[in-house]
Amino acid sequence: MRLEPRPSSSLAASILWPAGAILATIMFSSILVMIAGASPFTVFYLVFKGAAGSQFAALETLTRATPLIFTGLAVAVAFRARLWNIGAEAQLYLGAVMTVVLGTGAVTLPSAGLIPLIMIAAMLTGALTLLGPAILKTRFGVDEVVTTLLLNFIILLFVSMLLEGPLKDPTGLGWPQSKRVIAEAQLPRLIKGKRLHYGFVLAIVSAVIVWVIMKKTVLGYEMRAVGHNAEAARFAGIPVNRVIAKTALLSGGLAALAGFSEVAGLKGNLTLDLSPGYGYTGIVVAMLAMLNPLGVIAAAIFVAGIFVGADAMSRSANVPSYIAEVMVATSLLTMVAAIMLMRYRVRWR
Amino acid sequence: MTEAFEILFTASFWVAAIRIASPLIFATMGELICERAGVLNLGIEGIMVAGAFSGWFTVYMGGDLWTGVLVAALTGAMFGLLHGFLTVPLGLSQHVTGIGITLLASSLTYFTYRILLPEVTSPPKIEPFQPFAVPVLSDIPVLGPALFNQTPLTYLAYLSVAVVAFMLYRTPVGVAVRAVGENPSAVEAQGISVTAVRIGAVMAGSALMAIGGAFLTMSAFNSFFFEMINGRGWIAIALVVFGSWRPGKALIGAILFAAFDAYQVRLQQITGGVIPYQIFLMMPFVLSIVALVVVARRATYPKALMIPYQKGER
Repeated sequence: MRLEPRPSSSLAASILWPAGAILATIMFSSILVMIAGASPFTVFYLVFKGAAGSQFAALETLTRATPLIFTGLAVAVAFRARLWNIGAEAQLYLGAVMTVVLGTGAVTLPSAGLIPLIMIAAMLTGALTLLGPAILKTRFGVDEVVTTLLLNFIILLFVSMLLEGPLKDPTGLGWPQSKRVIAEAQLPRLIKGKRLHYGFVLAIVSAVIVWVIMKKTVLGYEMRAVGHNAEAARFAGIPVNRVIAKTALLSGGLAALAGFSEVAGLKGNLTLDLSPGYGYTGIVVAMLAMLNPLGVIAAAIFVAGIFVGADAMSRSANVPSYIAEVMVATSLLTMVAAIMLMRYRVRWR
Repeated sequence: MTEAFEILFTASFWVAAIRIASPLIFATMGELICERAGVLNLGIEGIMVAGAFSGWFTVYMGGDLWTGVLVAALTGAMFGLLHGFLTVPLGLSQHVTGIGITLLASSLTYFTYRILLPEVTSPPKIEPFQPFAVPVLSDIPVLGPALFNQTPLTYLAYLSVAVVAFMLYRTPVGVAVRAVGENPSAVEAQGISVTAVRIGAVMAGSALMAIGGAFLTMSAFNSFFFEMINGRGWIAIALVVFGSWRPGKALIGAILFAAFDAYQVRLQQITGGVIPYQIFLMMPFVLSIVALVVVARRATYPKALMIPYQKGER
């Protein structure tokens, strides 16, 4: 078999293949659910109910979507320029570290000053975290996939060291956790008494800003050019290495905001389980959104819904909540295949 | 200080080093085969998880140890087939697909674990491979016990290096594998299917990665627990680059790396808590990055690595 580019984009193909991808994901997970001895209809109903069946469920899904929007944006921006940032997890944690360093009383300012200060500092930390691998890529030709992956382990150990050392909460009964951020550093809740916080609004605003950068600015154009064909971009006079460095700064900064918003908006302090792999799930979110910044919002809510729904489902039905991870991974693979088949036609000769 | 130095001359240190090296050798050889055929396989981390579980579970259910190894290899090959299908004929991004395979293989494994063993709180144990002293050779001082008083799976790891090297450089199959990684159109011109060779190489490589995972549950330890692969797959990818895509050099890299890893554990015991233990745990990962930077300038990637091949396209 071979693939040939479709002469013009086909509307039928752009609807049918993604729909097929979702259908394939549902079919595959249904088989697993049946192996687990449950009815797929019941299970998917429970997942849906747990994700969107009540005000509580819907707000919980949006809360869970917040860090995923940030990491999804981080990945979408980087992948667009073909900078394979698999290290959003590390950038997230260092953003969270910076939030705790500045937000637990070291700096005392009113909210209007303290929160922007922390945000900028967190973004800088995340940005510099990715700048390292980006420079190793452009200067030494070291594959950034491997360096960012390895950095995830290094940074997590570093955070663990901080939480058992300088950042340890002396009143934490020996648990490796940081002190809580002061009131002025906290992002307020969107609805009183609910967990959804202003981090969600910040995530939406970030998505819009990133969309504008990608579509309306020279940098966005250059990033797309580099991602499309780095050699051609270089030939056209685009400073490829500098564009990659700028992409890294933007991407790392966005991922760090996920850590900031989780600490300042939701958890209040830093622990080693702040992120259950949000950095990696961000890759899925970005691909489901076809790297479109606004699509990231929808994709993040969809993925968050699966996680929140599966958690609720596994409490009542006897199916492990790992089904959510399987569904998310399957949807990633089927969706990248669908995107390819939208653009190319299969010839069986 | 002398104490830190004397470690290097103890047999137990080298025994540990080779034990740590064994899963890395399998994984590195597996990744090497894939990359020599032009396919980056970032599914490695997840494939190792799946291999670790499937091999162990086979034995837990009463299977023979070698049957467990075979089941692990087959599990790996199946994920390899999926990775190969998506990246070779479909030509999907090898980065994204590989990460997807890792997420899928590890989540499927955890899901399966929870279904098959719903009630367990502490992971059940099996009777793992036992060390087998090779007569005569194991009597050599220091190196003897290190190299020749290991479990049969470690010997299989040595064998895998020899077989991979022989296959790659001395057989027509190896020539085809190397050629599809360098100049696929030339291979197609010979009437050999690039797709078939690449998928075959990815399946064989993935089988080796899975055996590397199984080494952990069936030889190094005796039970399966979550997060047990802990980045070994990513380190193997670094080792392939460090070994310039050559089996012999990659083997030396894996052993050096493992020796360093075994050394930091012992150093940790000597320093007795003055330096935070996390610093020691970071070392293998830091070392991998440093190694990559050092060799990167003169690294000669297989020319067609990560470039999908389309028949009739140039």
